[in-house]
Amino acid sequence: MKEVIRIDHLSFKYHDGQEALRDISLVITDGETVGLIGPNGAGKSTLMLQLNGILRSNGSVQVFGLPTEGKSVKTIRNRVGLVFQDPNDQLFSPTVFDDVAFGPINMGLSEEEVRQRVSKALGWVGMSGYESRPSYHLSMGEKKRIAIATVLSMDPEILVLDEPTNNLDPRGKWALTELLKELRMTKIIATHDLEVVALLCRRTVLLDEGRVVADGPTDRILSDTDLLEAHGLAAPRKMPAELHPC
Amino acid sequence: MEHDFLDRYSDIDSVIHKLDPRTKLITTLCFVLAVVITPATEWRAFPCYFVFISILLLLSKLPLLYVLKRALVILPFVFLIGIFNLFKAGEAVASVHVWHWQVSITHEGLLVFRTVLTKASLSIMGLILLSSTTKFPALLRGLQQLRTPRVMIVTLSFAYRYIFVLVDEATRMRRARDSRNFGGKRVWQMKTVGNMVGTLFLRSYERGERVYTAMVSRGYDGQIREASPLSFSYRDAYFSAATALILISVSTTSLLW
Repeated sequence: MKEVIRIDHLSFKYHDGQEALRDISLVITDGETVGLIGPNGAGKSTLMLQLNGILRSNGSVQVFGLPTEGKSVKTIRNRVGLVFQDPNDQLFSPTVFDDVAFGPINMGLSEEEVRQRVSKALGWVGMSGYESRPSYHLSMGEKKRIAIATVLSMDPEILVLDEPTNNLDPRGKWALTELLKELRMTKIIATHDLEVVALLCRRTVLLDEGRVVADGPTDRILSDTDLLEAHGLAAPRKMPAELHPC
Repeated sequence: MEHDFLDRYSDIDSVIHKLDPRTKLITTLCFVLAVVITPATEWRAFPCYFVFISILLLLSKLPLLYVLKRALVILPFVFLIGIFNLFKAGEAVASVHVWHWQVSITHEGLLVFRTVLTKASLSIMGLILLSSTTKFPALLRGLQQLRTPRVMIVTLSFAYRYIFVLVDEATRMRRARDSRNFGGKRVWQMKTVGNMVGTLFLRSYERGERVYTAMVSRGYDGQIREASPLSFSYRDAYFSAATALILISVSTTSLLW
C-alpha cells in the first residue's frame, strides 16, 4: 500500500503556549478511512489543520512525500480537501455555485471545466439544482452537503472532515454517512460520534491531550469500553445489525 | 432563520428583472445624473422624470407599498440635509425670533429645499428600482464586469454573506439574554448590551479567521477569480437605447421650451 500521509514525532504549540499536539506519529495509506476520535479539546482539529499546512511545525508532516511548507503547500492543498466543522465558515460566497466553484477557479481551470466540476460535485452530494440558491438560506444538513461539495469539486485524493455529523438530526446524520461511504478516496474523519466511526472506518486513532492514545482496528478500540471511558468517550450502546463497518 | 430584508422582490418575473444587471446599473446611473444636472429652473423636466421612473416601477411589478416604505427609510435623511437650505440668504418669506436672533426662511431657500427634495426622491426611486429588481449577487457581478475595483466587490459580497450570520447570532444572544429575565437598572442594562456587542465583535473576528482558513485550504492566494461572464441580450440593447433617448429628450426639450 502506498502511504499518503506520514507524521513523524509532531509536536505543536499555539502562540499562547497551549500545547495542542505532543509527539504524534502516524502513517496513513492510500484508500484508508481513518476515524480520528477523542474528547473535546483533544487536538483533533489542530491535527487536521496540520494536514494541509494551515498550521505548520518543522517538517514533521509529509503528504504525498512532500513537506507541508514552501512551494509544495499549494499542491498539497489541491490534493487534500478540508471540510470544516461550521459550514458557515466554509460557505462564504453569495451563492452555492460560487462556493463550490471557488476551489476549481483557484486551481486555474477553464470556465467550462469549472462548471462541470461544480455540477458533478453537487450531483455527488445530492444537491443538483441548488447552484443559484443563496448559501445562508439552506438548512444545516444542506449546508453540510454543500460544504463537502466545495471540496469534492477540487477532486481531492484525501478528504479530511471535522465533525461532519455535528448539529445534524439522525436522518441527516445517516444520509451523510451513506454519502461518505460512497466516496472512494482516502478519508480522515475527526469526530466524537462513535456510531459514525463504527460505520465508516476500519481503523481508529484515539487522541487525548494532544497524544495518540490508541491506534488500531475500529472494532477493537470501540469494544474497549474502559479505554473509551478513560478518555471521555462512550461506546455506542448497540450497533444496529445492518451497521457493519465497511 | 428566514431573512428577506435585502432582496425580497428580486424573484418576480418582469421585463425589468430580466435585464442584465450592467444595463440596470448604467441606466440607473444615467438617470440619477440626468436628474441631478437638470437645473432647478427647468421645473417641467421633473414631472417627466417622475412619469418615466413610475412607468418603470409599474413594469417591474414591485408592490407600491414596498417602494414607499423603502423610500421612507431614506427620505428623512434627505429632509434633514434639505432643511438647512431654507435659511439661505435672500428675500425673506417668513421670520421667527429665536432668543435674540432673527431667523428667516427665504424664497431662495424654499426653492433649493424643493429642488433637493424632488431630485433626491427621483434618485431614490431609481435606486430602489435597481436594488429591488436585481439580486445582490447579480448586482455584484455587474459591478465587477464594469471594472469596479475587486477589493470593493469582495468586501460587499462578504458583507452580504455574513450580515445574515451576524443577525442570527445577535438574535440568539438577545433571546438567551431575555430568557434570563433581563431587566434591572439602566446602567446595568447598558453594560450588558456593551458586553454583547463586544462578544459579537470578537466572534465575528474569529469567524473571519476561520473563513480565511477555509479559503486558503481551497487554494486562495489573495487573488479573487471569476468563472462566468454575463451576457447582453437584445432586450438590454433596446432598454438602454430607450432610456438614453428618453433622458436626452427630457433634459433638452425642457431647455428648448
